[in-house]
Amino acid sequence: MTDMTTKPAPSARQVKRQTRNRMLAEFWFYFSENRGAVIGLFVILALVVVAIFAPFFAPHEPTQQYRDALLFPPAWQDGGSWEFILGTDAVGRDILSRLIFGARFSLFIGVVVVGLALLGGVSIGLIAGYFRGPVDTVIMRLMDVILAFPSLLLALVMVAVLGPGLLNAMIAIAIVLQPHFVRLTRASVLNELNREYVISARVAGASPFYLMTRTILPNCLGPVIVQATLSFSNAILDAAALGFLGMGAQPPTPEWGTMLAEAREFILRAWWVVTFPGLAILITVLAINLMGDGLRDALDPKLKRT
Amino acid sequence: MSKPVVFGQNLSRYYEVSGGVFKKPGLVKALDGASFTLEPGKTLAVVGESGCGKSTLARLVSMIEPPSGGTLEIDGKPAVVGSVEHRKTVQIVFQNPFGSLNPRHKVGTILEEPLRLNTDMDAQARRKRAEETMERVGLRLEHYERYPHMFSGGQRQRIAIARALMLNPRVLVLDEPVSALDLSIQAQVLNLLADLQDELGLAYMFISHDLSVVKHIANEVMVMYLGKVVEAGKTTDLFEKPRHPYTAALLSATPKADPAKKSHRIMLTGELPSPLNPPKGCAFNPRCAYATEECRRSAPKLEAVGVTQVACFHPLG
Repeated sequence: MTDMTTKPAPSARQVKRQTRNRMLAEFWFYFSENRGAVIGLFVILALVVVAIFAPFFAPHEPTQQYRDALLFPPAWQDGGSWEFILGTDAVGRDILSRLIFGARFSLFIGVVVVGLALLGGVSIGLIAGYFRGPVDTVIMRLMDVILAFPSLLLALVMVAVLGPGLLNAMIAIAIVLQPHFVRLTRASVLNELNREYVISARVAGASPFYLMTRTILPNCLGPVIVQATLSFSNAILDAAALGFLGMGAQPPTPEWGTMLAEAREFILRAWWVVTFPGLAILITVLAINLMGDGLRDALDPKLKRT
Repeated sequence: MSKPVVFGQNLSRYYEVSGGVFKKPGLVKALDGASFTLEPGKTLAVVGESGCGKSTLARLVSMIEPPSGGTLEIDGKPAVVGSVEHRKTVQIVFQNPFGSLNPRHKVGTILEEPLRLNTDMDAQARRKRAEETMERVGLRLEHYERYPHMFSGGQRQRIAIARALMLNPRVLVLDEPVSALDLSIQAQVLNLLADLQDELGLAYMFISHDLSVVKHIANEVMVMYLGKVVEAGKTTDLFEKPRHPYTAALLSATPKADPAKKSHRIMLTGELPSPLNPPKGCAFNPRCAYATEECRRSAPKLEAVGVTQVACFHPLG
């Protein structure tokens, strides 16, 4: 930065872009230290690419039923065919194609649900923790009420009220997951609120909004990020459960959880019908959790070196 | 005598403590009527054991909390809670440099925060000002990009001091600024504070329980006990001839470097009473060797005795 004084003064926009590039480079440096996180990131990127270009990757239409190929095993097993690499399900649909198209739904569900729950939960938790008093009491008792219900039951009731469908299922799951974020954020905020750096920011003239968003919130994000990655998997699984009960994604939508639910009765006869959707969920969730770990470490300045 | 920057009269801060549903809420008088003036280039030290209201006084002067009673004036005008004017005049340095710096922010961001919030300087001007201040407190320019956890306690306290200086204040409230540091680092930071005072003509309110430090740095001393000022005066006068029994006991507890010098240690018995339930009369009477009926009945007022001001019915010879 010292040589900048000799050059003509850079415009404000250039300075902004430079700082952003430097921050990105710094972030990547620390993120790439964690090998698991990088693997997780690449798996997720691959999933996203597959989801976006699903029609190019999938050998068949996801809803096309091949009546002469019911419950075909995977290609490498006796009776399998290379036409259906991962086999077919009970009505003759290609499992690989359904998985590839299913990635769209599952990732979409995860992102939307976690996004909604995170946004709502963190804001509410921040307000509860910062203002304390009656505001806090009202919010936290409300969250306790939500937590007191079995989560799936509550989601079910909400979907019943809103009407079945994937979008309503996602809203319901987001509301059910939200209290966890509220509690976590509130607890961290309470922890940070009376630290001296918060007081000194207040003495420096920070408004409540500035204090909440700039001073306190960044110091509370560590556990919230981990919770978000864990919730991602919960969201996918809950959506699957709702789909199974006929309240979520409606057949023949190739959603991974719905596929899992549909295949329940063939667990003993045709292992591939349950295994592959299950594996898809497992790999996605694992990759996200690994990335979440790395993300938390990369965002924690205490782990940075000189 | 130059014009005082800050003038406080009868400053008080009470806290209500609820004792449960069926009990009457108690009233803690954390600070009960303290008066003082801060002058440019001068240091007022506030001493006393923990729980005597020193930090509460610091919080009132820096307007972290509004006072329950009394007046606080800046340049002869009453201070307004949270006003920009007040912020630009009085800033505070906290005791623990490990808690007072935001761990998520780089040093540069920490230093520029007061400017960003209170002025409309652009990024380059802010950076220039931050670098000047860093140089002034003995930090190197490359420290600008680092995070607080990469620094030692002494350096962190320098950062905290630099941040307090960013708005060009005329008063610094130093809430035990060196008690969390190693002895060798303490001296460095104290010297830095002294230099800054000379250069910038700052008024210091120096909160401490370390009397040897106070003797070294302060022009005037205010001794507090259970929320009240028991003795106040010039440092030299007060250290030479303490009038209040509590001051005398405090001074006798300070270790001396000269082994040949005989010191008589006054041992106080008992504990600091609970501020929820202070003793009747003079707050110090249960622990005072000179206490009489009068002390147990009514509280003495702060009055001039000789060269210092003392709140005692039986000031020492």
